Amino acid sequence: MSTIQNFNSIVDPFADTGDTENEPTNYIHIRIQQRNGRKTLTTVQGVPQEFDLKRILKVLKKDFACNGNIVKDEELGDVIQLQGDQRVKVSEFLVSKLQLPKKNIKIHGF
Amino acid sequence: MSDLGFDPSLKKKKKSKKTEEASLSPETESAVGSGNELDDMLVGLKKKKKSKKPVEEFGESEKSKSPEADDLSASLGELSLKKKKKKAAKNKDATDFEQMLEKAGVEETIAAPKEFQSSEAVQASLGLPYDRLLNRFFTILKQNNPELAGDRSGPKFRIPPPVCQREGSKKTLFANVQDIASVLQRSPEHLIQFLFAELGTSGSIDGEKRLVLRGKFQPKQMESVLRRYIIEYVTCKTCKSMNTILKRESANRLHFLSCNACGSTRSVSSIKTGFQAQIGRRKRA
Repeated sequence: MSTIQNFNSIVDPFADTGDTENEPTNYIHIRIQQRNGRKTLTTVQGVPQEFDLKRILKVLKKDFACNGNIVKDEELGDVIQLQGDQRVKVSEFLVSKLQLPKKNIKIHGF
Repeated sequence: MSDLGFDPSLKKKKKSKKTEEASLSPETESAVGSGNELDDMLVGLKKKKKSKKPVEEFGESEKSKSPEADDLSASLGELSLKKKKKKAAKNKDATDFEQMLEKAGVEETIAAPKEFQSSEAVQASLGLPYDRLLNRFFTILKQNNPELAGDRSGPKFRIPPPVCQREGSKKTLFANVQDIASVLQRSPEHLIQFLFAELGTSGSIDGEKRLVLRGKFQPKQMESVLRRYIIEYVTCKTCKSMNTILKRESANRLHFLSCNACGSTRSVSSIKTGFQAQIGRRKRA
């Protein structure tokens, strides 16, 4: 009772808390689109420039046993397209192999 | 130590406090139930005294009762002498109690709500267990302000499960978009726009205000998308309440989420469709 626990640690109220939520610049979006039947398409948008997309695609295609290609979009830059639902696998790959922070990856779709 | 409360110089004042305490404590004791020793003391007192008068009465007719009060204090003194060892701590309590009463006593007899004052004093002096106080606090809070007590099971925020039917082989009918949007206090257009963006499809609203989506979707899939929508655009990040309003600030064209429960606002990113792959026939080839 004599000491109040919360006051023991002096915290700078203006310090950076680390969760900069409103930073829409470097998000990586992984989306899924339905095709005919039960076929789907996975798109990966916003992979940072410093990575060689061609090499990444080659590895992904081999790892996931699927086809894919790179689509050049005017606004959104290069986008990786993969056949089938590879969302979870792609995000795992991005985190483990490319050391990208997980909070920057957004998985969309159902 | 034991007769600290019976200082002759303070006699007059103390006595009045004593009797007050005596008449006060039985009320509070029932609610509190932790002053066993004090209770014992009171039992002893009761045997000797005929009856105790309420505090207000006492305040009015203080002079007439002073002899009685003398007796009381005397009897208390006797008791304390008899059970000296046991009552060392208790007497300390009592003196604390008196001090508290001394502070609060004057207003108490005049106007202040008695129960409130007395319970406060009892809490301060007896050191009630934390659990009990916490329970008490939450029961009171729940009675008066259920939303603050983390009670979010109100009927208002029960989201009906999405109802999906197949329309033909390639389309899905999402029947209760309107209901869900109204429960979430969002415009249906906003919700539908989000659904289109997340699912990467297009669609339309039919005559009965149901949503027709291109592609096949299970209710389970819709549910996960809805959950994401709620986290992103409905719940307040500060207090986790779903009682929020989405406003569009015309000055800077940003959407703001303002909470009705805690009053905080946060900006919300607009819905972006992002990259849409070309599916099916190409436009020009």
